[in-house]
Amino acid sequence: MIKNISNLGDAALYCDFGTEVNKEINSKVIRYFKSIQKENIDGINNLTPSYNKLIISFDLRKKNFQTIKQQIENLNVINDDALESNKIKIPVCCDENFSLDIKRLEENLQITRDKIYEKFFGKEFFCYMTGFIAGMPFLGDLENELQAKRLETPRVKVPKGSVGLTEQFANVYTFESPGGWNIIGNTPKVIFDSTKENNPNLINPGDVVIFEQINKDQYYNINE
Amino acid sequence: MNKNYFEIKRAGINTTFQDQGRGNLYHIGIPFSGAMDNRNFQISNKLVGNEVNFPTIEFAFQGPLLKYFGENINFAITGDVKFIIRKKSNAIEGDCYQSFTLENGDELDIISTNKSVYGYLAVSGEFEVNYQWSSCSVNTKANIGANNGKKIEDGQKIYISNINKNLSDKKLNYINTKIENIRVIQGTNFDYFSDEGKKIIFEKEFVISKLSDRMGMRLEGPKIENIVDTNIKSEGLLKGVIQVPADGNPIIMLSDHGTIGGYPKIGVVISADYDKLVQLTPGSKIKFKKVELADAETLFKLYDLETQNLISQI
Repeated sequence: MIKNISNLGDAALYCDFGTEVNKEINSKVIRYFKSIQKENIDGINNLTPSYNKLIISFDLRKKNFQTIKQQIENLNVINDDALESNKIKIPVCCDENFSLDIKRLEENLQITRDKIYEKFFGKEFFCYMTGFIAGMPFLGDLENELQAKRLETPRVKVPKGSVGLTEQFANVYTFESPGGWNIIGNTPKVIFDSTKENNPNLINPGDVVIFEQINKDQYYNINE
Repeated sequence: MNKNYFEIKRAGINTTFQDQGRGNLYHIGIPFSGAMDNRNFQISNKLVGNEVNFPTIEFAFQGPLLKYFGENINFAITGDVKFIIRKKSNAIEGDCYQSFTLENGDELDIISTNKSVYGYLAVSGEFEVNYQWSSCSVNTKANIGANNGKKIEDGQKIYISNINKNLSDKKLNYINTKIENIRVIQGTNFDYFSDEGKKIIFEKEFVISKLSDRMGMRLEGPKIENIVDTNIKSEGLLKGVIQVPADGNPIIMLSDHGTIGGYPKIGVVISADYDKLVQLTPGSKIKFKKVELADAETLFKLYDLETQNLISQI
């Protein structure tokens, strides 16, 4: 299922599952990721699943590229049925203080904000991966009419909780961070909680996310 | 029992608690973090009789000024660091790679790192810090680790417990060598770059930009031209990965890097050269030398043996 395994530096395997971004390829990545986690292979010290790649880092004091590669090639991969998937609802307020880029989107996409909300809220999005900053989910796929480019000049500070769109993807900024996604609203929900060491992420790869629109009062009533 | 503690009179520029960091969290967006220069970190602990993975205070450029209160304690500083110990009656300039004793009321003034970036302060006891995922290492981006995931600040107190009563002096003869040739393995997107770009990366000099920190090191120099696509579908990153964004200036990922990125990877710094890489100061010149995987593995074995050998001499 892995198309090619190469080395990324001297202490990681770069597993290539293809070049496209779709649920089918990403599910394969997630199956490998979860299978390796389950096997608890000595020497592996990190795994990074993404749209269509899986990077496996290892401790060069214990193992090397060839030995880990062999173990991955002989791995027992769990099948799709064994994948857990949660459905998570994320409330989002689109008050003008939060929807920083809605005007820009209306202009670039040539549709009204109501149409944008209609096509965004209540739809099921698949979580391809989490990361860049702790807990940030990369969700998809947006309809063609919602697909916009990144900001030409990224913001120095995107507020925590911001919900952004870029190309066929949506995300949530779990921390204040620099970023170039088109911000349409803000969620009061805690998406990453470092005090929950066993499960700090609300949204994990393979999960399904549904965004729900809330008003300002509801936003401030959710105290997380 | 009286508490033993440091009062922070001056925090310094980038002073954080660090140990060897935390693994197995890339998939949720958390990098290893940990001491930037792992060799110097380990040596500092060994010089005060600790296990090598005890929490230490890492500082960069200007270090902290600390006033000590409590029973006698040993400390050691590693790196290339200028520091002064001020006692009631006199002040002495300290040497790195050697343990010293602090008495109640003494001040330790870590003035600066010399032509290097990071230094380490270890004490013969345990800093009272909180751990997350078994590590105290501070990640200021996600506020994870000791000190609520924040840098050490002016005026705060740092408590120390379990002071080792057997305060024997320790010393290591070691000088930090500097390298300007950093060895690199070709990256997974090497073919995204023009023939000229491929030559530039391994033949030309780059200068380290001021915009460098624990997350990444930016380089300036001849532009590396991309002929395929200046973006890739976002995928995992590692420390040591050299990305080249659209502007053609390479960025090297360091210990607090973002876990996912969308710029093509032209190369990866070999594990054996990482400790030396992070010590290069802004304005320094840097040149990359291409090596193959097998060589990188051997070079790391040698480097690790050398580190183990240094530790065993203490």
